[in-house]
Amino acid sequence: MPRMNAAQRHGVDFTLNGRKVRAEAENRMLLSDLLRHEIGLTGTHVGCEHGVCGACTVQIDGKPARACLTLAQQVRGSDVRTVEALAPAPAELSPLQAAFRRHHGLQCGFCTPGILMSLDTLLRERPEAGREDIREHLSGHLCRCTGYATIVEAALAAAEEQRKEETPNA
Amino acid sequence: MKPASFDFLCPDTLEEALSALAEGGGEARVIAGGQSLVPMLNMRLARPGLLVDIMRLEALRRIETLGNEITVGASVRQAELEAWADLSRDLPLLAAAFPWLGHVQTRARGTVCGSVAHADPSAELPLSLVTLGGAVSLRSRKQKRKVKADDFFIGMMATDLAEGEMIEAVHFPKARPGSGYAFREVGRRHGDFAIVACAAVADDKGLRLGIAGVDDRPRVFPLPALDDDQFDDALNDIAWSLNARDDIHASARYRRELVRNLGHETLREASRCRA
Repeated sequence: MPRMNAAQRHGVDFTLNGRKVRAEAENRMLLSDLLRHEIGLTGTHVGCEHGVCGACTVQIDGKPARACLTLAQQVRGSDVRTVEALAPAPAELSPLQAAFRRHHGLQCGFCTPGILMSLDTLLRERPEAGREDIREHLSGHLCRCTGYATIVEAALAAAEEQRKEETPNA
Repeated sequence: MKPASFDFLCPDTLEEALSALAEGGGEARVIAGGQSLVPMLNMRLARPGLLVDIMRLEALRRIETLGNEITVGASVRQAELEAWADLSRDLPLLAAAFPWLGHVQTRARGTVCGSVAHADPSAELPLSLVTLGGAVSLRSRKQKRKVKADDFFIGMMATDLAEGEMIEAVHFPKARPGSGYAFREVGRRHGDFAIVACAAVADDKGLRLGIAGVDDRPRVFPLPALDDDQFDDALNDIAWSLNARDDIHASARYRRELVRNLGHETLREASRCRA
């Protein structure tokens, strides 16, 4: 690849929520800003912009990652998933989202997209995940409303539900 | 909180990366996982003219055991080393340190060598590397050199890395059977930077205690194989020998107290683990 000039915008090809996209970005543009301002997916929230609060967490190649600590140019060729990919249909919540609603896992909702993306990875990778695993994943997120207890309950309920679905005779 | 502008290069070969670093001089910086560098860019504490992205260099994506040394290349992510099948057998100190190292979300992107290059005085990977007596391989267009970890870290976020050089790999000595290892840390929130972190090794040569978060770089202290009730005087001497300072997170006095208490627990655990 040739050297990319700071003054120009450069193409970034990647997969976003299952669809191939081509966006344009200056080198200095963060993935969080590319998603929100260039592509218009504002579900990914931006809190601290230095990797502490976790609100901007998305999935890159199946792993949770801070969109504010990722340059747009670094996701070239990657598979990026945002909170917009979770709900199966516009009027339908994913099991994890529904559990958040049922268990009051959110109040203001600012931190929720990032937390959902981290927990979605955890439940996919480790369906047997328990309270400690969930708390470990949540340690990378700040929520100033709930006190976390309801988030943990929601995640446990979603994990339980997922396990039942996978072994219907159990 | 947005980075200043910079040129960007994503080289296909190591030679291309090294040429760009040589030509860029002090203006050029390597970016790998970006988990330390991008916050610096966002806060404009770093304003490089050129970033060289090394994550597509497959030659640097290796974890290799050669003799008594485990080599981790510059584009190996922290999560990849954490998931390495031989970690708990060959690098038990790192296995104990990983849960403290940032969060799942930052370990998925950040690299092992990137944390070493960033040289935060409270970071877990530099502490582990120094405590184990590891080394850092540096590479520039003109030369290759290997520096002992203890000589690589020279101050607060300052290393022996010269202009035009990059870290090619870090080397951890492989654990010897029968040796004991322990890692402890105190921070405000799990996964935040440590206020004080301690790493200890107990083997047939005695004890080694590494301490991060107190001085301007990770420091390691060799100790004779003391009995449990003899640790206190040695730890008090160590606590006072470190250049502890007050800051927004903790007072110097609290840090010295953590060196005494956490140091004691870490040494005791490493000694107990020694078969």
